[in-house]
Amino acid sequence: GGSCRSLAARLGPVCLDAASFSRRRLSFGPQFVYTPESADKSLGETSRMNLFQAVTSALDNTLANDPSAVVFGEDVAFGGVFRCTVGLKDKYGKDRVFNTPLSEQGIVGFAIGHAVAGATTVAEIQFGDYIFPAFDQIANEASKYRYRSGNHFNCGSLTVRAPIGAVGHGALYHSQSPEGFFAHLPGIKVVIPRGPIQAKGLLLACINDPDPCFYFEPKILYRSAVEDVPVNGYVLPIGKAEVLIEGSDVTLIGYGTQVHVLREVARLAQSELGVSCELIDMRTILPFDEETVYASVCKTGRCLIAHEAPLTGGFGAELAASVQEHCFLNLEAPVRRVAGHDTPFPHIFENFYLPNQRRCLAAIKDLIGY
Amino acid sequence: MPLSSSAIRANLLLLRGGGGLFVSSRLASSAVLSTRPYKLHKLESGPASEAQVTSDEARKYYRDMATVRRMETAAGNLYKEKAIRGFCHLYSGQEACCVGMEAVLDRNDPVITAYRAHGWTYTRGVPVKAVLSELTGRASGCAKGKGGSMHMYNHNFYGGNGIVGAQVPLGAGIAFAQKYREDKRVCVTLYGDGAANQGQVFEAFNMAKLWDLPCIFVCENNKYGMGTAVERAAASTAYYTRGDYIPGLWVDAMDVITVREATRFAKDWCLSGKGPILLEMETYRYHGHSMSDPGTSYRTREEVQSMRQMRDPIASFRQTLLTAELVAEEELKEIDQSVRKEVDEAVQAAKTNAVPDPKELYTNVYSQPPSGQPNYRIRGIDQFTWSAN
Repeated sequence: GGSCRSLAARLGPVCLDAASFSRRRLSFGPQFVYTPESADKSLGETSRMNLFQAVTSALDNTLANDPSAVVFGEDVAFGGVFRCTVGLKDKYGKDRVFNTPLSEQGIVGFAIGHAVAGATTVAEIQFGDYIFPAFDQIANEASKYRYRSGNHFNCGSLTVRAPIGAVGHGALYHSQSPEGFFAHLPGIKVVIPRGPIQAKGLLLACINDPDPCFYFEPKILYRSAVEDVPVNGYVLPIGKAEVLIEGSDVTLIGYGTQVHVLREVARLAQSELGVSCELIDMRTILPFDEETVYASVCKTGRCLIAHEAPLTGGFGAELAASVQEHCFLNLEAPVRRVAGHDTPFPHIFENFYLPNQRRCLAAIKDLIGY
Repeated sequence: MPLSSSAIRANLLLLRGGGGLFVSSRLASSAVLSTRPYKLHKLESGPASEAQVTSDEARKYYRDMATVRRMETAAGNLYKEKAIRGFCHLYSGQEACCVGMEAVLDRNDPVITAYRAHGWTYTRGVPVKAVLSELTGRASGCAKGKGGSMHMYNHNFYGGNGIVGAQVPLGAGIAFAQKYREDKRVCVTLYGDGAANQGQVFEAFNMAKLWDLPCIFVCENNKYGMGTAVERAAASTAYYTRGDYIPGLWVDAMDVITVREATRFAKDWCLSGKGPILLEMETYRYHGHSMSDPGTSYRTREEVQSMRQMRDPIASFRQTLLTAELVAEEELKEIDQSVRKEVDEAVQAAKTNAVPDPKELYTNVYSQPPSGQPNYRIRGIDQFTWSAN
């Protein structure tokens, strides 16, 4: 009603009128400004890289140092549809960097087998939207291998990479965020980086991790996120979230692209509403960092979780249930989730679908006013 | 003795005053054209080596192919202007396949294909305007603007599917429904050379053969799965044999009459109760895999150019028609102009027609709201979206 319109008016140009929608040139997709970070000086020499170059660098380090390592997937040999594997085939040879046929179930099954045999295996699924034919292999083979064999075998040296997330024009089959499905599989790890420095360190951590890892790259950040990334190899911890902004009134939780949207939300909350927000990047979806999350929400008393994936059964639901269980007495308001709507990712009206700044700010207002 | 072009023009001018365009009686009303050779797999005989083509048919095929070509070019331009967003996979170069097949099918034969679907959408009866409007996300699009390039539909046209190979088991299921209902129809299930390596395709083959389904499987082999050439993706590139126990036919799909006769053969095969059949349409796409792919990092410009010059389906059909004196050159020019006009108008409509109502963001998720919950709302939809009207 009236209150949301006035909030909308205060937040800047909002086009909720369908007629003017067609006249104005709205920019599509997640709205954010990427804030570059800097790496620890101890990691040594850096080079300017965007996110896909950071991925290439991590793969380059891996192929250089681990003779068993192979990288494969659809179209990776010429460099990949997102340029993540540029130059690797020429440098390491076509028996280590090669194209697979168009068979996701085959690619992942084959990758699991290769990893079980002891080789470091990095498989690429071209878009996270296409990973579903492989889901049986992931759910029934990869995640259960160690457990069902009583630790006799495992596919820990497997890493599967896939681009995910909204990009402004991906529509139904090039924008999905499937992390929620994978969070439901004990035995695997699920990691989502927010930028180039994070991407390289987390990917190397996944490759070196003794359990099978699923590494989802927010595709909108491939080119738009640019930082000075260390050229040598380094790892960042899996299973550890990061507090990016400290605050006292509301805990904002996100991962991947949404972290950058939430940065903007935190800034607006301070300037528009006088609310101090603490921002957490989960980084690892499974196993998630309970300690950091609970400590923050117990401190602030209010929690907002935001993700692009649809609301019902999304990863935010797990976080919300866990937070209310562990922080109940400290909560000033119910835990809120702002997520994609319970529809397929749309071809039209992506702006209305995504957990954008306005929706997040409205939720913060509700939390404060509860 | 062939007529001079001025004589033809004179004849046409005389006749034009009658309010219509009549072909000069000096041109043939039909001709016998030869088809290009086929290759057979587990078949004792194949399609006809010659076919009778009337001038009406010739005009229609030419017009349809020219329309698809111009429509795809317009779509490419709209994409570059950012009027179309998302992923857009163009059919240019493959026109003979959809037009040739559609010449034998009727609107009651269902068709299902993958995402390179604009050509099929048109031949299945969706006007150019509705195709382009769907691409630009307008309410006048054939899926109300909700599907976009990869999800176009019409009566007996089941799309338009984004996930490679997923449409093949669907096609087998549709064929089963035809058989169950004793409709004398065939289901045409198309997939590409990339999809030919998907496991689910083989699952569909098995079911189709086991249950003798009236399904024509069609592999549109354009030599590249995205950026991977067929030799590097498939242990066997003889896609017409990959159905193994399903008989198969290799077709030079750069010639519309060759495609037509192969389809006639396949339809007769299925309708006589012999079960499924597999057609490999060897064709070529001029553009990259999608608008995001220039199409030159994995093949040479010379290759693309030489295909355009030597094997273009429209240019070669045009030449055939003129040589056989089936259609006058003037008429072909008229058709070109009329097609250009139609597509230009469609482009205008696609740029200016109304966008869908914002409620389309959350309609059609389910058939209707759950009973007993009159105030049911799609979860997550909030006051901004509901009040956006």
